[in-house]
Formats: sequence, structure tokens, C-alpha cells
Amino acid sequence: MLEIKNLHARIAEEGTEILRGIDLKVNAGEIHAIMGPNGSGKSTLSYILAGKEDYEVTEGEIIFHGQNLLDMEPDERAAAGVFLAFQYPIEIPGVATMEFLKTALNAQRKAKGLAQLSIPDFMKLVKEKAADLNVTMDMLKRPLNVGFSGGEKKRAEILQMSLLEPSLCVLDETDSGLDIDALRIVSEGVNKLRNPGRAMIVITHYQRLLDHIVPDVVHVLSKGRIVKTGGKELALELEKNGYADYIEAA
Amino acid sequence: MTAPTQISHTQAESDLLARFDEAKGALAGSTAVKDLRVAAAEQIKTRGLPHRRVEEYKYSDLRAFMKSAAPLAPKADAAAVRAVLAADEAFAGLTRYRLVIANGSFLAEASDVAALEAEGVVIRDFAAALDADTAAELLATPKSASQDGVLALNTAFVQGGIVLSVKDGVEVSRPVELVHVSTEAGAIVTRNRVEVGTGANLKLIETFAGSTGAGESNVVFDYQIGDKATLAVTRLVVGASEGARLLTTLAKVGGEALFKILGFMAGPAFARNQQFVAFAGENSDAKLYGVSMARGNGLADQTLIVDHAVPHCNSREFFKTVLDDEARGVYQGRINVAQHAQKTDGEMMTQALLLGEGAEMANKPELEIFADDVLCAHGATSGQIDEDLLFYLRARGIPEAEARTLLVMAFLSEAIEEFEEDYVTEALETRVRDWLAGA
Ligand SMILES: Nc1ncnc2c1ncn2[C@@H]1O[C@H](COP(=O)(O)OP(=O)(O)OP(=O)(O)O)[C@@H](O)[C@H]1O
Ligand SMILES: [Mg+2]
Repeated sequence: MLEIKNLHARIAEEGTEILRGIDLKVNAGEIHAIMGPNGSGKSTLSYILAGKEDYEVTEGEIIFHGQNLLDMEPDERAAAGVFLAFQYPIEIPGVATMEFLKTALNAQRKAKGLAQLSIPDFMKLVKEKAADLNVTMDMLKRPLNVGFSGGEKKRAEILQMSLLEPSLCVLDETDSGLDIDALRIVSEGVNKLRNPGRAMIVITHYQRLLDHIVPDVVHVLSKGRIVKTGGKELALELEKNGYADYIEAA
Repeated sequence: MTAPTQISHTQAESDLLARFDEAKGALAGSTAVKDLRVAAAEQIKTRGLPHRRVEEYKYSDLRAFMKSAAPLAPKADAAAVRAVLAADEAFAGLTRYRLVIANGSFLAEASDVAALEAEGVVIRDFAAALDADTAAELLATPKSASQDGVLALNTAFVQGGIVLSVKDGVEVSRPVELVHVSTEAGAIVTRNRVEVGTGANLKLIETFAGSTGAGESNVVFDYQIGDKATLAVTRLVVGASEGARLLTTLAKVGGEALFKILGFMAGPAFARNQQFVAFAGENSDAKLYGVSMARGNGLADQTLIVDHAVPHCNSREFFKTVLDDEARGVYQGRINVAQHAQKTDGEMMTQALLLGEGAEMANKPELEIFADDVLCAHGATSGQIDEDLLFYLRARGIPEAEARTLLVMAFLSEAIEEFEEDYVTEALETRVRDWLAGA
């Protein structure tokens, strides 16, 4: 489904190279975890997948469902099935959450040639998904993410994800900031979305999340390169020994 | 002994003086009114149109903008008025009363005079009232506006308008739309007096329909708000207009009263909404809001002076401006607090969103405080659309243009929401969307 080949990227403004040759292949149905020290380029990779303009790809390519992802606008990528759950979801004052959800959902439906969802159908859908994730109606009445606690923001991201039903879910540290119960609720929400047609890239610092969302493959990213790939036991090993060995390798 | 220095007149100034000589015999008014008109024309002759070296017009040089002055619009044909009104749908869905001023003169037969009368609202023709106004009281000017050139222009040429009086205690059941209709090119110059009696309540919507061509619209609203009364005004200056749109508010707010106004401007080449508000009684509130949009070489100017002449009054000024292309925006706001006006609370904020690289905003909030026990604050911001917000929306599948619209709407709707007059919200938001779509 997704193939990243020799991806090099730098910060558009100042030219610092952040990604230094990433190769990653993710098949439908798989869950890949990406772990790695602070500043190694994990969020950068997720932003580049979503289409953020702050980064410039200098080499390599990204093929998604047979299409060249780098040629597509962020909204086209979303409609094609890419979803990034942000490490730091942004507050948008003045944009009502419900209005935003409806606009996003209908924009994607339109891009896919589907009819617009009626308001009652939309409301029903949101209520159902929100209840699963313990997102209250009160939160949905507020402007987008405004005044949400850190954990509430993360849950709201997963709510968006379950509404938009992407084929590639990129979760950037969705677990940080979540309390133990919220971690379980969010993980259940994510696991519910697991299916043979959908792939996930889960970025995390903690093995704990991977107890809930069990990955097929674990990668270690260090200094802009994938320096180690293994099974879920790799996460356990990292938890025990840290990244020291791999930082040397990079 | 030197004679007052004669300025050399621009084409527009010469046109205006010639227009005055032609029109003065036909313009309404008692002898006192006519004398005032002549004095006002004399002011134009000696000082010219307001220009950038006049402090209040530093950013809005009317003299440079007006290349010529069109004649006053002729008397309107009733059928033509009906046609313009039929095409004007801004508030079509709102149950309201309507008063029509056509080509500068009140048109009673197109207005809901009888229905308003039945509710306790008396409507008179401003031109007829001027004829009977032996002391020229209807043209009285507050001190803060006495030097204003746009007001002088209005006094010289005022064709007509309405005098609307809400009797004491009357709560008018529907909003009243006062619409200025132009059926053909030509300047329109009107003045309207709105008297809201003690404890009375009125919601007023001011709109413009049709085109004045290159002619200017110079419209003055003189609000006299009684004790314990409420007046809420929504002023819409919308649509491309070649001629300058000049709006002036003169407001006197009684005790324990509430005055709210939202000035909404989108589209004209030169739009100025200037407001002179004074508190005349204690424990009152004045809430002034502005939503301005301009593109191309357009200018949107919101200028105001709020005089806290008495203690215990609150004023709020909240203005939003969106500028694209090379457009210019102006906010000049001054809160004056007199020495004895203790316990004044004034909070002024102006915020601009610049969509175009060449767009420019002049923000000038000012406080002039002579009392010591007051709470006054002001702020000004000016910035671009936040790219991170835009990216977040786009990452959810919302195309760029739609995402921008959402963010601009969000920016502007803060003022519309705080205005809290729900019956106009939808119409205003539609107008914002229309403007963003290029209208
Ligand atoms: N827009 C930017 N401008 C400047 N520096 C940036 C920018 N984006 C990323 N960087 C730098 O690139 C490096 C990689 O950042 P990135 O956010 O991808 O790391 P990360 O692996 O997600 O780290 P963390 O675990 O702390 O979230 C860091 O050194 C960061 O400071
Ligand atoms: Mg990160």
C-alpha cells in the first residue's frame, strides 16, 4: 500500500537535512511501529506523508496505492486515504467542531464521488463514534480543540480518524498525554479500525502502547534513518536497553 | 489683514461647488437650514475635500480618491425602485418592516409607514422636516464632529431621509430595514434621525441597493437614544461601488441605555464608516463592532470617537478587517474619558487579517483619559492566515480555498457573534462567503 524509497528531506527554510534515506514498505493490514530518540525525524516523516510544506524532499519517492504521493496536495492525500493523528493537535478558535467534522467528511466524500451526508445521518454517525471514544457532546459543541485537555485532544484526533475511515493511519505519539483509562479507550478505538484493507504507522516512545496495539513490525529511526527493523520483541528490547546501540549505528 | 487663503480646487471640488450653485434653490430647508448649507459649502470651498494632511483622513484621502463629482441623483421612478428592491435579497428571509429612501429621498409609498405607526413609531420625511425646522436643529453637529469635511458635504447637499421616532416604552416587534435604493447613477446625500424614546427598543438594519455609479453616497445617521432605551443597528455597505461610500454615525446615548452597532463593509472602492458616539447619561453601554473586507485597490475605513462624558458607562469596540490584494484597511478609534467620568470601562480591540502580499492595515487605537478611576484597554493585531491551521484543515481533506474560507469566517465571526443579534447572523455570514467567493 505504501512504499517509501530512499527518502531524503530537509527543512525548506534553512536547509538542515532531517531525513537521510528512509526505506519503508507497509502492506495493507499491517501495523508498523516507529520508535526512536527525540529529534530523530519521526514527526517529520509523518508530516511529509501528510503533505506539510515546511519540508522539502530532495531525493526519493513515496508511492501510495500506486500513486506518487509527493505530487498530491494535502487534501488530495487525505481523500486518497492518508490520515495523520497529530502529535500536537492544533486549536482553531472560531471553527465549530461539528461544522469542521461535517466539512471534512463531506469534502472527502465529494472527492470520492459520493453524495453529501445529510445532517441527521451525520449527527447519528458522530454520536455513535464519539460515545465509543468517550468524547462528550460538550466537547463537540466547542470550537475545534479549543480548551481541550491534552488527552481530550488525542481522543478527538482518533474520533476524526474513525469518522474519516482512512486506509493509512499515521499516529504520531497518540499515547503521550493519555491517562491509563484513556490509553485503553483510544487503543480499543484504534483496534476497532484494524482491518485487512487498512494499514497503520504508530509512532511512540513507549512499549506500553504496543501492548494494546500490537504491531507486526517495529522500526528504530535514528538521525533520519531506519537503523533497525524487527518484530514486536524489538520494542521490549528497546525498553530495556535504550537507543544507545542504534545511535552509534546511525 | 489677510484674506483666507484660497486653495486650488480639484476637479471634484469645482464640480461640487458648481453642483451646489445649481442645486441650492431646490434643496429643502428653512432659512436657518439654508444658511447652514451655505456655510457648509463655504467650508468645502475654503478647505476642500478632506485629505491626508487632515489628521482624521490621514489614511483615507477622499480628495485624492474623488476624480470628479457626479450630480445628485434625480427623483426616482417608482417602478424602477420596485425592480431594484425585488433584486435585493440580503434580508429577504427576515420578517421585517421596510423603509425606502430612493435616490436620496424618502419614498413613503414603498415603505411600511402605517404598520410602524400602529406600533407606536412615527415616520416623517426628513426633507419636509427641514422645511419646518426654523432653528436648523435637525442639522446640529456634536462638537467632536464639527470640523468634519464629510459631514459638511452632507449638510450642504442633504436631499432627504427620514425622521423615525419610537414612542416611549415601545418595543418594535420586528427589525426595521432602512434601505437606500439607487435606480440610476448619481450622488445620494441623506440624513436620518432616529429617536428611541424612554424604555423603547428598536432593531435597525441599514442597507444599500442599486448603484450610484461614480456618484458618492453620503449618509448620516443621527441616533438619539433615550434613557433605558435600546438601539441595535446593523449597517451593511456591500458590493462593488465606484463612488465613495461615506457613512457617519452621530449617537447620543441616554442613561441606563444600550447602543449597539455593527458596521459591515465589503466591496466598495472607498468606504468610510465614521462614528461619533457620546454618553449623555450614566450606567449605559455602547458596543461598536466592525467587519470590513476589501480587495483590489479598495479602502475600508472604520473611524470612531467614543466620548465618555459622564461616569459609569461601558464601551466596547471590536473591529475585524480582512484585506486581499493591495487593499487598505484603516481603524482609527479613540476613547475619550472626561475628568469626572469615573468608573468608565472601555475595551477596544482591532484585528486585521492580511490575505494579499500588498495589503496594508493602519491600526490606530487611542485612549485619552482624564479621569483616574477607570478601566480602559486597547489592542491591535495584524497578521496572515496561520499556515499551521490551514495545514491541519487540509490534512483532513478540506480543499485549500474552503479551508481559507473557514479560517476567515472564524476570524470575522468572532465580532458577529459578540454583536449577538441573531436575526442578522446568517445574512452576514452569507455576505462574507459571497465576498470570499469573489463577489
Ligand atoms: N519546521 C522545522 N523547523 C526547524 N527545525 C525543525 C522543523 N521540523 C523539525 N525540525 C527539527 O528536525 C528534527 C527532527 O524533528 P522531529 O519533530 O521530526 O523529531 P521527532 O523524532 O518527532 O522527535 P520527538 O520524539 O521529540 O517528537 C529536530 O531536530 C527538530 O528540531
Ligand atoms: Mg515527534
